Amino acid sequence: MLETATLSRRSLLKAGALAGGGLMLTASLPMVAKAATSTGAAPATLNAYVSISPDNVITIVGKNPEIGQGIKTMLPMLIADELDADWEQVRITQADFDPQKYGFQFAGGSFATPMNWLPMRQVGAATRQMLLGAAAARWGVPASSLKTERGRIIDPASGRTLTYGEVASDAVSQPVPDLETVALKDPKDFHIIGRPISGIDSPRIVRGEPIFGVDTLLPGMKYAAFERAPVFGAKLVSADLEAAKAVPGVEDVLVMKGGDNPELLIDGVAVISSNWWIAKEARKKLAIEWDNGQWASHSTAGYAARAAELVKGKPETILGESGDVDTAFASAARVIEADYSYPFLAHVAMEPMNCTALAHEDGRIELWAPTQNPTAGAQGIAQQLGIGQDKISIHITRMGGGFGRRLTNDFMVQAAAIAARKPGTPIQLIWSREDDIRSDFYRPAGWHKMRAALDADGKLIGMDNHFVTFIKNGQVTLENSMTADEFPAPFLENVRLGQSTMETRVPTGALRAPRSNALSFVYQSFLDEIAHAQGRDLPALMLELLGDREPLPGTRGPFGEQPGFSPPRAKGVIEKVVAMSDFRGRPHEGRAKGFGFYYSHLGYFAEVVEASLDRGQVVVHNVWAAGDVGSHIINPFGALNQVEGSIIDGLGQAVALAVEIEGGAAKPGNFHEYEIPRMPVTPKITVEFVKTDNPPTGMGEPALPPVIPALTNALFALTGKRIRNLPIDTSQLV
Amino acid sequence: MAYRVEINGETRELDVPGEMPLLWALRNELGLVGTKFGCGMALCGACTVHVDGVATRSCSVPVSALEGKKVTTIEALAESPIGRALQQAWVEEDVMQCGYCQAGQLMNASALLARNPQPSSQEIQQAMAGNICRCACYTRIHDAIAMVAEKGTANA
Ligand code: FES
Ligand code: FES
Repeated sequence: MLETATLSRRSLLKAGALAGGGLMLTASLPMVAKAATSTGAAPATLNAYVSISPDNVITIVGKNPEIGQGIKTMLPMLIADELDADWEQVRITQADFDPQKYGFQFAGGSFATPMNWLPMRQVGAATRQMLLGAAAARWGVPASSLKTERGRIIDPASGRTLTYGEVASDAVSQPVPDLETVALKDPKDFHIIGRPISGIDSPRIVRGEPIFGVDTLLPGMKYAAFERAPVFGAKLVSADLEAAKAVPGVEDVLVMKGGDNPELLIDGVAVISSNWWIAKEARKKLAIEWDNGQWASHSTAGYAARAAELVKGKPETILGESGDVDTAFASAARVIEADYSYPFLAHVAMEPMNCTALAHEDGRIELWAPTQNPTAGAQGIAQQLGIGQDKISIHITRMGGGFGRRLTNDFMVQAAAIAARKPGTPIQLIWSREDDIRSDFYRPAGWHKMRAALDADGKLIGMDNHFVTFIKNGQVTLENSMTADEFPAPFLENVRLGQSTMETRVPTGALRAPRSNALSFVYQSFLDEIAHAQGRDLPALMLELLGDREPLPGTRGPFGEQPGFSPPRAKGVIEKVVAMSDFRGRPHEGRAKGFGFYYSHLGYFAEVVEASLDRGQVVVHNVWAAGDVGSHIINPFGALNQVEGSIIDGLGQAVALAVEIEGGAAKPGNFHEYEIPRMPVTPKITVEFVKTDNPPTGMGEPALPPVIPALTNALFALTGKRIRNLPIDTSQLV
Repeated sequence: MAYRVEINGETRELDVPGEMPLLWALRNELGLVGTKFGCGMALCGACTVHVDGVATRSCSVPVSALEGKKVTTIEALAESPIGRALQQAWVEEDVMQCGYCQAGQLMNASALLARNPQPSSQEIQQAMAGNICRCACYTRIHDAIAMVAEKGTANA
């Protein structure tokens, strides 16, 4: 065994402030100080990411949580390529939560690619250099005279070779190169980056091996089901547990008193059994009195009625104004006005929320957590239980989808709080699908009164949006905010964004491409209305708005400097998709095409949808997507999967999905009331990437937003009726 | 009373309430966690197993109904040539994203190919319509089944 206790950190830490206030490390390469007693067959651990066995098996650690976005395969590809490994030699293991060692471990915001494109390659390159150094020392030649080839070191002068495995234990004591300056490959020599590579866990998944959070099996483990108030914001008054306790197989029933913050523990009752089904059934026997306060009167219909009132008046706040909007509207030859809205949405990750927790007798809590955001999970548990974060250890499991739901870790806190009442017994908390849909952090509903001013030539001279959103105790809730730079604001002279608010207790949060997934619909639909008023199509209006403008200034994002929106890149994908889809060609009989563009998560996507109506049902035949996510598509398999998934996800939302709030509670309970797309509605999807000389960016989200307006714009082209409220009500189209 | 059910070729005793769904007997009593929970209402197909060769939602079939029947789960899929061919196609075609639905997809697909080795595209879509994939890997699931149907299982 190697001594791994002394980790010496090189000058590789870059700290930056996260949007949420946390600290993030962009690159860290803790090295193992010395190979103390490296023996025969044991792999040599070169650093936190790479260990190599004598028989040349290269084990690479995947540091980020895997939710199906392919990150466990993709980040190690970056290391393996620069390491000059053969992919067939590579094994991958999932890192536990260990920010000291791995920096920021997070699955969200499509951050992983831009954050890790350089650091992971640097890790691979530095490791390769250490192996070269070790071989050079053994042969007594300069390292610069040696080459590597697919896991071997070659001395071209003599023809000698060594495998990485043969020098790995020597390499451990080589000096650690500075990551900032280590030489990286010429991209033309990439042999793994850009190759379609199948998901690393797929062979295990097709055999049904335990790999997901909910597959965690620990000796003596018990299962917990959790009953919470149906009404958001309600408090537990009293609970009669006797009938539930009397159910055979029920081992304990616990009243859990929580607080007002749904991200932590809320009031409820936990039922514990050695079989989850027994615990779930026993929940039905609980008699709980809830105090709903004022919240049971809240409903989607009520919010919509209130929003309709609010937009008639002046906005409570002006979030941004440029130019002179009132004068522009006063001088307009034509004003276009339209009210848009979209509903609350649930995430419905295929694997329902769950978490396994074990409170050790010494006060430590150990978790097996399907979480996109272990940092927040650890913070939440520490806060809820009043313990130090050093007492919490987290094993990150593979997840059956995330879509942003597992960024919020209420289920982890719940599991930890229950486990803390049962020291020594591992507790697996599992939510039913109904729990999952009715206890979500929903994509917030929103309302927008849009107005556009056109001059006598039809030119767009001003735009105004009165946005209605939600607050809790006066604060805008998660993912409910808008910024005044929403396109096309930076490209227009007279623009105003006003906001009014409504109080709610419905929890909101990030759903894949948060905000963008709703604003794309509002803005690209409204711009389509403007284009039609001008007698042209949306791509033509978009290209005119973008003009010959230079990229906007960069901003400081969650991972340092990030580039500003680039009109040339936007134009590139717009022109591409117009050509790919023959957008202006004669439509197929009974069908029509619609266009949408959106820039989100640093990715540029333009999409065209071809749709028809069949007996009142929307039928999508084709989707064409052109995307610019930089210079390389790191794993074309994963990338295509994300684009296809995003497109079907967005179409599904547009056609059928809404979480209606009624009586202060979420109405849909299961898939019959929340109808996810199924195989027969899958359109043909054609994807092309426009490669530009920019660092690669993430794929999990940016392909989703444009498909929604592309569909509703297609339905307008087909019927002349404008969809301004989601989900699509086809009765409005006839 | 204990129920005797043949699971993956082995007779297992299940000392559980008769109305317990097979899914929870597999997962929590036998530790066979390859079969997945998605909805509990026969709506999503994540829990699909074979009962006497027929694709069945294990979340909605009680243990009491299974005495004398043969249950096959994803853990034993590789025992049939169709199963092996599908597993191979799934990996080669990089069918999955998160993978959580895929045990159910594979069990349903293998039952389809067992009764109809050469399904048309429409037959594949109809047969697979009961299996939700939240990640929407539908194109690839479809194509992987079509590929196995075309190539056959001779090499599996
Ligand atoms: S869990 Fe059985 S069909 Fe969904
Ligand atoms: S692969 Fe994620 S649900 Fe199907």
